Amino acid sequence: MSGLAGGGPLIDVHVHFQHAASGRADWREDNARRLEIGKRIGITLHIASILGSWGKTSPTYFPSPDDVTAGNAAMRAIAAEHPGLIGAYTTVNPNFTRHALSEIAAGAAHGQLGIKLAASRRASDPLLDPIGEVAAKHGLPVLQHIWQHRRGEVPGQEISDALDLIALAKRHPAVAFILAHIGGGGDWSHSLRALENVPNVYVDLSGSGVDRGMLERSVAAVGPARLLWGTDLTMDTGLAKLRALAVLGMSADDLAAIRWKNAVRIFRLTTITDRP
Amino acid sequence: MTTPDARRTTHLVDHNALVGPYPFRSLPDPTPARLLADMDRLGIEQAWTGHVPSAWYRDCAAGNDELFLGLGAHRKRLLPVPCVNPAFPGWEREIARAKTEQAPAIRTYPAHFGFSAAGSAMAELTAACAESGLELALTMRFEDGRQKSRLDNAPDLIGADVRAAIRSHPKVRLLVTNADRAIVEEVHWGSAPDESARIRYDISWIWGAPEDHLGHLQRTVGPDHFVFGTHFPFRLPENAIAKLDLLP
Repeated sequence: MSGLAGGGPLIDVHVHFQHAASGRADWREDNARRLEIGKRIGITLHIASILGSWGKTSPTYFPSPDDVTAGNAAMRAIAAEHPGLIGAYTTVNPNFTRHALSEIAAGAAHGQLGIKLAASRRASDPLLDPIGEVAAKHGLPVLQHIWQHRRGEVPGQEISDALDLIALAKRHPAVAFILAHIGGGGDWSHSLRALENVPNVYVDLSGSGVDRGMLERSVAAVGPARLLWGTDLTMDTGLAKLRALAVLGMSADDLAAIRWKNAVRIFRLTTITDRP
Repeated sequence: MTTPDARRTTHLVDHNALVGPYPFRSLPDPTPARLLADMDRLGIEQAWTGHVPSAWYRDCAAGNDELFLGLGAHRKRLLPVPCVNPAFPGWEREIARAKTEQAPAIRTYPAHFGFSAAGSAMAELTAACAESGLELALTMRFEDGRQKSRLDNAPDLIGADVRAAIRSHPKVRLLVTNADRAIVEEVHWGSAPDESARIRYDISWIWGAPEDHLGHLQRTVGPDHFVFGTHFPFRLPENAIAKLDLLP
């Protein structure tokens, strides 16, 4: 069956799910809706995370260790219910180094695909180095929440931008870092210019932003081999970007790289389905 | 509002398109020719077309000259939506010209032109629009506030601006562009029924699936309040189509 975005594999690298402890009474319906929309679009693999309690018992971007553990356990349970369709990131709060490393170790026992860093500690901070080291050891990509060109502090987050992530990426050249949601707010042109010559940072195309010119600049700045498709909160914008990419004049191989092949490579996926 | 299945057979009209360059970032090919090419590709038959630079011109009548000239031979598909600054001398001439040019609406930008949506200039403009049968388009924002240039000092409009405008004349009709769910709900539920009946919103800034603010608003506010809009040349026109395709 072919989805609205065409047939073949399609991997969404930026997905979130809800869980019972997140305080939304409709969390099951919310998760089911995402999967149903994903099926209509044609998504064949959702790589997802849960950020603690989503603010119910500790802040979304500064989740407590207990909430991190509960969120990761819930995420693994959701993935286990949908083998082959959902993969899990392990979310960590780097301010609690020992706990972060233990969560990643727990994730390893359950086939985690990557590590999710929210906005608990600036990406350039040395406190993130132990996480970079363990990511390199296990071959795990790291998805870092990003504000494109931060101009100061932001309430509720210790926000990072491309320059902060680049500082971390240069200290850990063996790790694939994913700059989150280029369309997620802020000046995307600043991020793309900064990333031109940083080979181990990938750009995730998710986010509600659908500025004309953003996709062309992304392709020109980092090339199709460092672009990953994703949705985050807004799946309609993800579909729109796929359709816009398809008319940019790229080769079929380049489009496939963005839709799924780059993700297969950096997440070291061994099996991939081509049907949602 | 168009349903997803009907979209392919229904006359799709983009109520929120513009042409022309933007002062704060490069917009790829913001021309009538590119707009038409994208419309052909996506099955959009007509576009209400404004002019980006007019919001920054001191005398936006000059921007209207550029708009009318630029749309040239494409007037069957690209309907001009000129700009009027009611705080600038001679604005009544632009209303008359809009009528002569068969514009369906005009645009104004209170924050850019420095007049209050609750003041006399807006009242005079809404009266002129009502008398002339022109819909008045208010643009809540051009870009996401998180990426605005430091030099882009005009604030986004807020719900109070829309409420003031609709109350300033009993017959004025408003087209509110680039409003999100919060603004739509604030204005709709903060207006009397005879006021909200005269307001339409374009869908370009309303979230689609899976949060599905568009579907929610169609159910609560009512489908007749929403019109198709892309916010070309700022946003991918594919996004407005995708929202329709992903409606429940």
